[in-house]
Amino acid sequence: MQIDLEKTTFPKLLKQNAERYGEKKSALRRKGLGIWRPFSWRQYYENVRDLALGLHSLGFKSGDKLAIIGNNRPESLFAEIAAQAAGGIALSLYHDATHHEVADAIRRFNVSFVIAEDQEQVDKLLEQKENLTDLRHVIFIEKRGMRNYHDDILTSFAKTEEIGRGVHGESPGLFDKLVDAGKGDDTAIICMTSGTTGEPKGAILTFKNLINMSLALNEADPKTENDEFVSLLPLAWFGEQLMSVASPLVVGYTVNFPEKPDTAMADMREIGPQIMLSPPKVWESIAATVRVRMMDSTRFKKFMFNTLMPIGERYADAVLSGSPPTLTQKIGRFIAHILLFRALKDRLGLSRIRSALTGGASLGSDVFRFFHAIGVNLKQLYGQTEIAGVTCMHRDGGVNGATVGLPLPGTEIRIDESGEILSKSAGLFSGYYGDRGATNLALTADGWLRSGDTGYLDEKGHLTVIDRIGDVLTLADGSRFSAQLIENSLRFSPYISEALVHGGGHSKLVALIGINSRVVGKWAGDNKLSYMTFADLTAKPEVIDLIAGEVSRVNQALPEQARIVRFAIIYKELDADEGELTRTGKMRRDKVLTIYAELIDALHMERDRVRIDTGIEFPDGKIGHIQTTVTIRKV
Amino acid sequence: MVQLSCSDIQLNFGGVRALSGVSFEVRQGEIFAIIGPNGAGKSSMLNCISGLYHPQLGKVLFEGNDVTNLPPYERTKRGMARSFQNIALFRGMSVIDNLMIGRHLHQSAGLLTGGLYYGPAQAEEIKHREYVEEIIEFLEIQSIRKTIVGTLAYGFQKRVELARALALEPKLLLLDEPMAGMNHEETEDMVRFILETNESRGITIIMIEHDMGVVMDISNTVCVLDFGKKIAGGTPDEVQRDPHVIKAYLGEEDLEEP
Repeated sequence: MQIDLEKTTFPKLLKQNAERYGEKKSALRRKGLGIWRPFSWRQYYENVRDLALGLHSLGFKSGDKLAIIGNNRPESLFAEIAAQAAGGIALSLYHDATHHEVADAIRRFNVSFVIAEDQEQVDKLLEQKENLTDLRHVIFIEKRGMRNYHDDILTSFAKTEEIGRGVHGESPGLFDKLVDAGKGDDTAIICMTSGTTGEPKGAILTFKNLINMSLALNEADPKTENDEFVSLLPLAWFGEQLMSVASPLVVGYTVNFPEKPDTAMADMREIGPQIMLSPPKVWESIAATVRVRMMDSTRFKKFMFNTLMPIGERYADAVLSGSPPTLTQKIGRFIAHILLFRALKDRLGLSRIRSALTGGASLGSDVFRFFHAIGVNLKQLYGQTEIAGVTCMHRDGGVNGATVGLPLPGTEIRIDESGEILSKSAGLFSGYYGDRGATNLALTADGWLRSGDTGYLDEKGHLTVIDRIGDVLTLADGSRFSAQLIENSLRFSPYISEALVHGGGHSKLVALIGINSRVVGKWAGDNKLSYMTFADLTAKPEVIDLIAGEVSRVNQALPEQARIVRFAIIYKELDADEGELTRTGKMRRDKVLTIYAELIDALHMERDRVRIDTGIEFPDGKIGHIQTTVTIRKV
Repeated sequence: MVQLSCSDIQLNFGGVRALSGVSFEVRQGEIFAIIGPNGAGKSSMLNCISGLYHPQLGKVLFEGNDVTNLPPYERTKRGMARSFQNIALFRGMSVIDNLMIGRHLHQSAGLLTGGLYYGPAQAEEIKHREYVEEIIEFLEIQSIRKTIVGTLAYGFQKRVELARALALEPKLLLLDEPMAGMNHEETEDMVRFILETNESRGITIIMIEHDMGVVMDISNTVCVLDFGKKIAGGTPDEVQRDPHVIKAYLGEEDLEEP
């Protein structure tokens, strides 16, 4: 299909697909009442048409903003494209955003229409309606629990579509007229940046940005119209926009929506997707789950796993170092595949995976090794929301844990004098919404995007990202080292879920460690260790010993100067509601460094223990209290 | 409209009088709570309504018909369903199968067609499975639909029990301590489900519950039993102010502060 980037918009692509595939092919599928229920491309189109006309007659105009809040479902996509068809701009919010975050986004982006999934989301809006002067309509999808809501601002999704159907009956040409008015340079979405550094900002992305990105990505990593994709991550994350909205419109593959967030893994296994893009968190957790389950398994299974895994790992090591595997390695891997990996991949829902991608942050080399060992060709993507997501990616034969691969077709990468990675492509955003100052800071004078990361290009053109500029550690001998690299290695331990390595101008490195409560809790149970609260668990000498063992294991693989000398375990679990993590689960270093400044200081001052007495504010305004003593352990 | 009325119920176990002269009326579509201290006769009362016990004296009228001496399964056919204080599910079967058994009452396929899973039997099975799936969605138990009941956490088992009762398509639902042993979050969920069941399906609910917060929040009418006698009845507000109730729960007013 030939795509004219100047003219094409999502609604136009949808219309073309509806004409091409009609009822023959499923565009979307959602599991409901235990059965996968398909929506053909025609139904997708008709839903968007009815909703767009419904919005139009409720007064949604060109340039208006529509926010979507809730879990991913077909209606989220209908809403997004309907808003665009009516000439407006779509904005997805995280379903678990607190009511303050929601209100803040609605004010900042002048949102006038909201599509809310259910009563829970509607409550967040109604609670502070008086302060949201731009808000004109709230459209809810699920009727459940809404019987006693009579606010004038509320309309149901079904009702809006019904209004739209009526409008279509009266003036059949209206929808086409609205769609035809769109062009490639129109704003399609406002996408929140992840906010690992500073507050999240809204990047303005046009149809041209998004469609160009889908085409470039598809050229580097081809997908077919018969592929399946499972939508697991929030649409507020740019990666999900790319995989659930833009790419299916361009390529024609099917997007599947799980029944509930807690059935997602089982539903994914039923679909067996060919395509998957997730942030490192998800891949890390899959790898950790496998290893945790093995701890619990029968002796025979443990024996099989422990015997066959090294065979896979040797094969993976060969692939990841760029040398072709030997014949012996190939035969070994084949046998291991038949005996173990085939079944393991099936359990994980990865038996048909062809395009497995990780993006959003760097993934530790141990996790890469794990997936390549079991036969999942996992590749790293690198890029920023501000440039429609992706600038570089691994290609077959060039996958390795150290680099992020080659630039995508049409993307230019340059390293400036300070070592910062700069990029440019047709995906480059038009700025942050309502924030000229930030936009100017993000771009160089000649229009390149500043990544905030430092790195270098090697002789083959592969990009290596060292770390965020501010997080690069200067060691005692003056050499520079990536904190991220050490943190990723630490996080590969099933017992560790968060790690922050800090040098802070000191020559010795220290670490703050967050334990994985589920795994460590189980370990404590298995070892007949009793504990009351999470804080209590983190203070157990046995647990500190366990983590110390994991830290020294990581230390062994590091150069002398880059070893961690002291660590402390964080006494509570990091939480997105308290701003310690982004909504996609990345640690916000600035916040964590501020909140736990006392611990960091104590680590550098070589104290033995710190008395913590602190209040935490819960999202509902209640104040909790934590009193504990954190032990600082020398490694 | 009165859906269920109990008049002068008296129940003896040998020489022990569990209930004496208890009378009340439950209106169509309300949430009716029976409360009282331990051993007050709450479960006995519920068992008299569901047909597990037959009172020696008094009458139970359901939709105007005398059901006092009918066995439990006859009452179920007329539209009563109940859950138990100690979960009574088939522990070795999956959630789906437990719920499908709840549909048994409404199935008509015989041994032959059902056994061969042929023709109308198949269509019927699909229809009932759909009904069961709607309940699963309603109670948000999709993630456990194929799990064996015995392996589920207690809170989930309670939920499955409610689901099984709903699968009977009852007009009147009897719940014996639906929130017992649940943590705060599970209790909140359960309250939400009970309210939804009552409001959107229009099912009348009679429940025994110890959590006074819940009872006072959601019930329309409360009946208080003590030593087998009804000592008060009315709206939650009225009952809370009733001196007899305060006495039964807190002891005599003139007692010294400990």
